Amino acid sequence: MNIVVCVKHIPDPNLPAEMDGKTLKREGVQGVMDPGDEFGVEAGLQIKERLATGDGESGEGEVTLVSMGPAAAMEAVRRGLSMGADKGVLVSDDVLKGSDALATAKVLSAAIQKNGAFDLVIAGVESTDGYTGTLPGTLAEFLGVPHVSTVKEIVSADGGTLKVNRQTADGYHVVEVGLPAVISVTAGVNEPRYASFKGIMAAKKKPVEQLSLSDLDLSGDDVAVKQEVTELSKAEEREGGEIIEDDGSAAAKIADFLKEAKVI
Amino acid sequence: MISSDLNDDGMYMEIQTAIRDLCSRFPSSYWRELDESRMYPERFVEALTDAGWLSILIPERYGGGGRSLSEASIVLEEINASGGNAAACHGQMYTMAPILRHGSEEQRERYLPEIAKGQLRLQAFAMTEQDSGSDITRIRTSAVREGDSYIINGQKVFTSRVQHSDLMLLLARTTKRENQSRSTDGLSLFIIDLRQAGDTIEVNPIKTMFNHETNEVLIRNLKTNSSQLIGEEGKGFSYVLDGFNAERILLAAECVGDGRWFCAKGAEYATHREVFDRPIGRNQGVQFPLARAYASVTAAGLMRRSAAGLFDAGHPCGPEANMAKLLASEAAWQAANACLDTHGGYGFAAEYDVERKFRETRLYQTAPIANNLVLAYIGHHVMGMPRSY
Repeated sequence: MNIVVCVKHIPDPNLPAEMDGKTLKREGVQGVMDPGDEFGVEAGLQIKERLATGDGESGEGEVTLVSMGPAAAMEAVRRGLSMGADKGVLVSDDVLKGSDALATAKVLSAAIQKNGAFDLVIAGVESTDGYTGTLPGTLAEFLGVPHVSTVKEIVSADGGTLKVNRQTADGYHVVEVGLPAVISVTAGVNEPRYASFKGIMAAKKKPVEQLSLSDLDLSGDDVAVKQEVTELSKAEEREGGEIIEDDGSAAAKIADFLKEAKVI
Repeated sequence: MISSDLNDDGMYMEIQTAIRDLCSRFPSSYWRELDESRMYPERFVEALTDAGWLSILIPERYGGGGRSLSEASIVLEEINASGGNAAACHGQMYTMAPILRHGSEEQRERYLPEIAKGQLRLQAFAMTEQDSGSDITRIRTSAVREGDSYIINGQKVFTSRVQHSDLMLLLARTTKRENQSRSTDGLSLFIIDLRQAGDTIEVNPIKTMFNHETNEVLIRNLKTNSSQLIGEEGKGFSYVLDGFNAERILLAAECVGDGRWFCAKGAEYATHREVFDRPIGRNQGVQFPLARAYASVTAAGLMRRSAAGLFDAGHPCGPEANMAKLLASEAAWQAANACLDTHGGYGFAAEYDVERKFRETRLYQTAPIANNLVLAYIGHHVMGMPRSY
């Protein structure tokens, strides 16, 4: 099975965000692979490994990482390769600076198609920097394949079918989807492995194809920005909360409060 | 955050990131619980071993990573900077050095690949004795040749990690001190297979102020084949000395890691803890000791970087390695005190981890060499003043 995982290089979310006008400052800041994408890489690797230990028939195939970003995004690709992915594709082009989610989906779909036949494309539910959450769906549309969103568990992947559990507000759906397809995975779908020393060394020898926009037969017009953030405002500060003085009934009141919040 | 991107060839940052990632699976609570129960961090050591980090100093031809001391030092630094304690396993990284550098090819092929895989644990070095202290030439454990074997008798103290080792290096006298023209001659280094030692080796744990498995080791009529002798009989002292620089540089890196942890922990608390309606970090009496400690830790990091660079280039680095260990252990202690003072009473509460790290980092001023002996070395060997010991 050929699996493509979309990975994004983002400013380290553990550091205070620096703004460049109305967008995040991306140059000259410490970057990392989007932590949400680690779940996607792990999911891809697990499916490949599961198939390889099965009947062997469907064990063929590889995990390819696809990313769009500046040259520094190579770091995210290398990270995924050191976790165990087989190869990478990085689309870098000055024209793409400041792209919106629609343009990103267009570019990624072109890169995925150029990479060859695929069975499954995995992406995080949303990025940890832009948070649009629209990319996986848009990508599926461009690729002309179905999209299963918010996957919290991959149950099985064999033959031409993928069976997954899909998170909902009240529980989960069990969904079967014919391949090829796009899925978006939630944080917690698995526990991403960390890169081992051997993994890091092996990653240095793995191929990464570097593409520009023209390599994908796309022009600047194709990726023109269609939407922009016009204003930013800070989240409201949390209010002080309610203080319950204990007159003997405090425990019950707190329990009621937690029930109301559906915590218990 | 203090960076340790040595003269980067691309690998340092990757190692740093990978170790941070691995250590993030072992939060402070993991180390705190182990500390309370005085248990060995089995799960952490296993993860580190499986990921190949403890064998990166073993050459690739023996199945290791074949990387530099600078790179190995980053692994240990990051473990300590994460809130963990590398002392539980750093021995597995470098105790093999005498076998690699002075052992026979047969010994190297027999042991190093299995050590690299983590199937053989060699992380105990029985050297120190009760009466000799830092004067190694006065050790009394003896190895007497009998045909193809040596019969070893003696008593060692502060032999760490014996209970979690399959092999142990042991330094013993093969010729009495009084029968040698030079006191440093007549010491020999052996590879002891603890799995076959039976009741000839008795291990008595020594309880210390931190969670560090260390022991008294009694050796009674331990018979070991002469094939277990490393290098030449009587030359053991020089083999031991040879490994000192690497050890000091690696431990200096651990100190830098500790120092970073204390500075970060202290700064975070000083920024968020409010007393008299303002963050305590606004008070220069709180802020400046942390800032000064940060500067000391950064400077010690540079000294360690310099020493490691010399070592990796094959240059003599005795002064630099010793100064790195001296400065880094003092900087970590300075940071520890600033962090503890910043936390006030809470610094002594176990759940803040400060008191645990405080206890752990105190060791580096005393072991593996007391800082006074480092000063004596610098004063005499480096600066040419009269010998003090």
